[in-house]
Amino acid sequence: MTDALVVTDLHVEFSGFVAVGGVSFDAHPGEVRFLIGPNGAGKTTCIDAITGLTRGTGSARLGDQELLGRPVHKIVRLGVGRTFQTASVFDELTVLQNLDIAAGRHRRSASLLRARRGVGASIEHALAETGLTGELATPAGILSHGQKQWLEIAMLLVQDARVLLLDEPVAGMSQDERTATGELLQRIAAKRIVLVVEHDMDFMRRFATRVTVLHQGQVLSQGTVAEVQADPKVQEVYLGTAGAATTAAMAVVLERED
Amino acid sequence: MTKPRTTGLKPWFSLGGIAVFAVLLLAIAPLVLTDHWLNNLGKYCCWAIAAVGIGLAWGRGGMLAMGQGVFFALGAYAMAMHLTLETAGDRVPGFMVLYDPLAPLPVFWEPFRSAGFTLLAIVLLPVVVAGALGYALFKRRVKGAYFAILTQALAVALATLISSTIRETGGDTGLSDFKYFFGFVLNDPANRLMVYLIAAALLIVCLLAVWQLYRSRFGELLVATRDAEERVRFLGYDPANVKLVAFVVSALMASIGGAMFVPIVGIITPAEIGAAASILMIAGVALGGRASLFGPALGAMAVGWGQSSLGSTWPDGWTYLLGLLFVVVILFLPNGLSSLPAKLMRRARRSPAERPAPAIAPAQLEEVRS
Ligand SMILES: Nc1ncnc2c1ncn2[C@@H]1O[C@H](COP(=O)(O)OP(=O)(O)OP(=O)(O)O)[C@@H](O)[C@H]1O
Ligand SMILES: [Mg+2]
Repeated sequence: MTDALVVTDLHVEFSGFVAVGGVSFDAHPGEVRFLIGPNGAGKTTCIDAITGLTRGTGSARLGDQELLGRPVHKIVRLGVGRTFQTASVFDELTVLQNLDIAAGRHRRSASLLRARRGVGASIEHALAETGLTGELATPAGILSHGQKQWLEIAMLLVQDARVLLLDEPVAGMSQDERTATGELLQRIAAKRIVLVVEHDMDFMRRFATRVTVLHQGQVLSQGTVAEVQADPKVQEVYLGTAGAATTAAMAVVLERED
Repeated sequence: MTKPRTTGLKPWFSLGGIAVFAVLLLAIAPLVLTDHWLNNLGKYCCWAIAAVGIGLAWGRGGMLAMGQGVFFALGAYAMAMHLTLETAGDRVPGFMVLYDPLAPLPVFWEPFRSAGFTLLAIVLLPVVVAGALGYALFKRRVKGAYFAILTQALAVALATLISSTIRETGGDTGLSDFKYFFGFVLNDPANRLMVYLIAAALLIVCLLAVWQLYRSRFGELLVATRDAEERVRFLGYDPANVKLVAFVVSALMASIGGAMFVPIVGIITPAEIGAAASILMIAGVALGGRASLFGPALGAMAVGWGQSSLGSTWPDGWTYLLGLLFVVVILFLPNGLSSLPAKLMRRARRSPAERPAPAIAPAQLEEVRS
């Protein structure tokens, strides 16, 4: 069983501006963990700090390993994988080549000099899991937006990541694609830590087990979907700050709940 | 500019292409060409060897190596120093004692008396220099225009250094008048043929090496690194190492090209390795098609031919022609002339009637997609 991801008192500053000011949360295998908040709340920055892309202070531990302070590729090798807010796959390469590269960290460097033969079992499994089996030879650049997001998740699967940090995985997806993605995440989460950053409140309500709400770099509220939605502080933030489209969306959702 | 296409001919088809090229260079050319033209072809082969390396570093790896003259120089001067010493025998080379009859041989020349050391230097010098340079640059994430300018500046610096050290390196006059090549008399036609064949064979070996690299997982990883370096990092690789390997191999190829250039051309000067020479190498690669297997070599040979034939009879015109060709290729064939056949074939297959009129240019579409 995988150990938990425990983030304690995480701080990130950008030349004086505090983007994340003392955030703590934890995530365990078996739950689909959500991180929500208005635009600029610091969600992406939290993931950036955990994965070593930006420098953060405090602590982010996976089991007994401290992640902060290590270079990106070393953190990945500890089993932490992520996706980006904008799908980033290798457009020039086929789906198979994309997955093959993702699977590569378990291979010895010498094997890099050989050509690939056949499709590995882990790749076939990831393809079936994400419904991309038919797109094996398709260049990733011409996949649909949703398929690209799935390819990213498939890459994390073949990479054998113990922790999947997903930054807005259903943005731009159709309703059916969202449902498929949510179910996929629930399956994956059985054995891995899944942390989802999302704006889509409907998606969150359907698939989240526990939620952390960030606001201006602070944890505003934490708990189950029902607990978070009942929290007056959350309602205040989402109802009080008009402007951003997502804020309005959340407001609608919350009103409908009441 | 659109990204170079990397999915092209099937690998085994390309291998057949290398075989045809090998027959042309190693069997047909010596039969049909005069000694003079065979020697010229040998020179183009040397540039082509360096170009194959640039194709790897730039076309597949995205590193615009504008200072390959540096590595060309390492191989060339190592070879030239050995041949100079071989020609001078026990005496100190003539140019060194021109001003001071008692001048001693500089210490760094001494080991180049040994043929073994020289060959080792031709291989190891570029590996060490490119390895250290690449490590420093890639770990600090220097890329794009900064990388290009930095490498270019190094080529300028090295050329200037050589120009200003007349007694140690021959300065602007360079090193020349070699009589022997590892014991073989250089003006014997049979030996000249041998030198040509070595250069041509080395070009084929380099093509085979990149052929294998391009079809290997490393080749895919290199393209991935070129197109999305951050993403590669998040898959657990250190992109710096991936780029380093490609850069070192390209430097090694430049050095080998430089080394063979010396016995074939008979002279090496700073002009052959400086900024202009480095850019000319890049020009050939861009014209031929930087990401393709044959494009860099063929482009470099074409530019080499233009340079030595048109360039000497019609120097002004040649410069303009090259510039014009460059602009036309960049505008209409961003993936070089080697992408022309595939492009024409695709156009021929689609009849004009069923070809949809694109609302926006394909290049724009690429921009939107990426
Ligand atoms: N590299 C950076 N330099 C300076 N400020 C930054 C940087 N990255 C993020 N920020 C700032 O930090 C704050 C948090 O940004 P972050 O991207 O984490 O928000 P987010 O919660 O992911 O928002 P969104 O929902 O819009 O993606 C924002 O105010 C943002 O402007
Ligand atoms: Mg974000």
